[in-house]
Amino acid sequence: MIARVAPYLSVFRMRFLIMLQYRTAALAGFFTQCWWGIILVMVLAAFFHGARSHEPISFAQAVTYTWLGQAFLVLLPWTGDPDVGEMVRSGNVSYDRLRPLDTYFYWYVRAMAWMAARAVPRAALMFVTAGLIFPLIGLGAWRMRFPSSVAAGLLFTPALLSVVLLSSAMVMLINLTVVATVSDRGANTLATPIVIVLSGNLLPLPLFPDWMHRFLFLQPFAGLVDIPSRIYVGNLTGAVALAGLLQQVVWIGLLILLGHHLMLRAMRRLQVQGG
Amino acid sequence: MNSSRLYLRYVAASIRAQMQYPASFLMLSASQFIGTLIEFLGIWALFHRFGQVRGWTIGEIAVFYGVVHVSFAIADSISRGFDVFGPEFVKTGNFDRLLLRPRSTTLQLLGHELRLTRFGRLLQGVVVFAIGVRMVPIDWSIADVTLLLAAIAGGAALFVGIVILQATLAIWTVEGLEVANTLTYGGVQAAQYPLDIYERWFRDFLIFVVPIGCVAYLPVVKLLGRADSVGVPLWMLDVSPAFGLLFIAVSLCVWRLGVRHYMSTGS
Repeated sequence: MIARVAPYLSVFRMRFLIMLQYRTAALAGFFTQCWWGIILVMVLAAFFHGARSHEPISFAQAVTYTWLGQAFLVLLPWTGDPDVGEMVRSGNVSYDRLRPLDTYFYWYVRAMAWMAARAVPRAALMFVTAGLIFPLIGLGAWRMRFPSSVAAGLLFTPALLSVVLLSSAMVMLINLTVVATVSDRGANTLATPIVIVLSGNLLPLPLFPDWMHRFLFLQPFAGLVDIPSRIYVGNLTGAVALAGLLQQVVWIGLLILLGHHLMLRAMRRLQVQGG
Repeated sequence: MNSSRLYLRYVAASIRAQMQYPASFLMLSASQFIGTLIEFLGIWALFHRFGQVRGWTIGEIAVFYGVVHVSFAIADSISRGFDVFGPEFVKTGNFDRLLLRPRSTTLQLLGHELRLTRFGRLLQGVVVFAIGVRMVPIDWSIADVTLLLAAIAGGAALFVGIVILQATLAIWTVEGLEVANTLTYGGVQAAQYPLDIYERWFRDFLIFVVPIGCVAYLPVVKLLGRADSVGVPLWMLDVSPAFGLLFIAVSLCVWRLGVRHYMSTGS
């Protein structure tokens, strides 16, 4: 068993270490996400200012939710893995087919490492800035808070891990459309707005109209930002929080099954370009 | 051949090239249209829940939103050459070839590509704007229409100016710096709401430093006939779009300065 998993682990480790080296990119990304976060928080503040009734998520919760979305922004399936797009265009994809590994899981693990490694430095900087420095410079109302309780913190850990697993499964589906169309433009253009809205990155999902809540909770993108963030801020607790975790696991399983099946079909029809 | 005719030739060639793949053009435009429209859902949801924001209604927001998105779509479509300047011209050394030709680099980079797929975003801005003006009655006078067109032109100029500054930076950094996205996409994101909902320091930054407020917020305030609560002098409302032109003029000066310091990567 270990012998079978070992190659995937080393693939993960290698790509993780390579991606960690892009420090300037991490810093630039962090700066961009701070800026976005501040705009989103100011818009929320303006709307909550005139709120009369009790909302399904409090202002403080929505702010922390927004910062979590920015901190873990690179964990979202924005685009396919650029390496896969490049391999498909250059024809190098044939090398990957010769490896004694399951190509699906080989790419899946690479996608996980690609996203996780970029998220670690950005999230760390974001926690320090929005969590610790903001209160010191008089932006306490806009700060990112700590988990609402020990239980929330404990449940957040598997939820965050599930984000990486879920998102990698989605990246694999985008990769597959890249394989099928030999171009990464179409899929990437359409994926971004769907992900940004349905994950809760643009606006916390509880702020959408009440009649949409059931659908929004069940759709697969909720597991990317909404469920982990609401567990963190204490908006989802007890049985509902566990249902959220279960929702993530079910979608991970379904999307991996779907991706693996489509991969087998795509590879049977694969035509290698170039010479 | 004078510059404007040459530019038209560039444009014609670019359009012909993109029309070689009509299906791709249609699909990319459609996904741009749907994509940006989906993002408007977020604004709609906020109004559905809260009703208003600091006294503004959704119809008024739609007017702000439409104007800034139309400006940005135009800018994004024509400034492609500057947008990809780092990776496609500096890194590859292709900029050397542009410098050898007896035409200005600005003209050649503007002529690099006219991105037609931005039509989707443009159409989306127009649709939201049209919905907005149906909900908020505006008594259109000739002066109003002129101000609106000036605001859009000024806005496009401003966004192109930002992209030019980003390209100038790439002369030194070689790779493009995505930090400029905070001002382009981030600016659009901020300016789709009236600026008076923000904190003072942020508002002042968007009016006096990077004058997105001058090409989106101030003219629209005047069109909607609302009292401005930011507290700029009244004459500024009418001439504010000119600040977009001023910004691009400054950007072009900085660009010239940058080009003089250009050192080829040698590849």
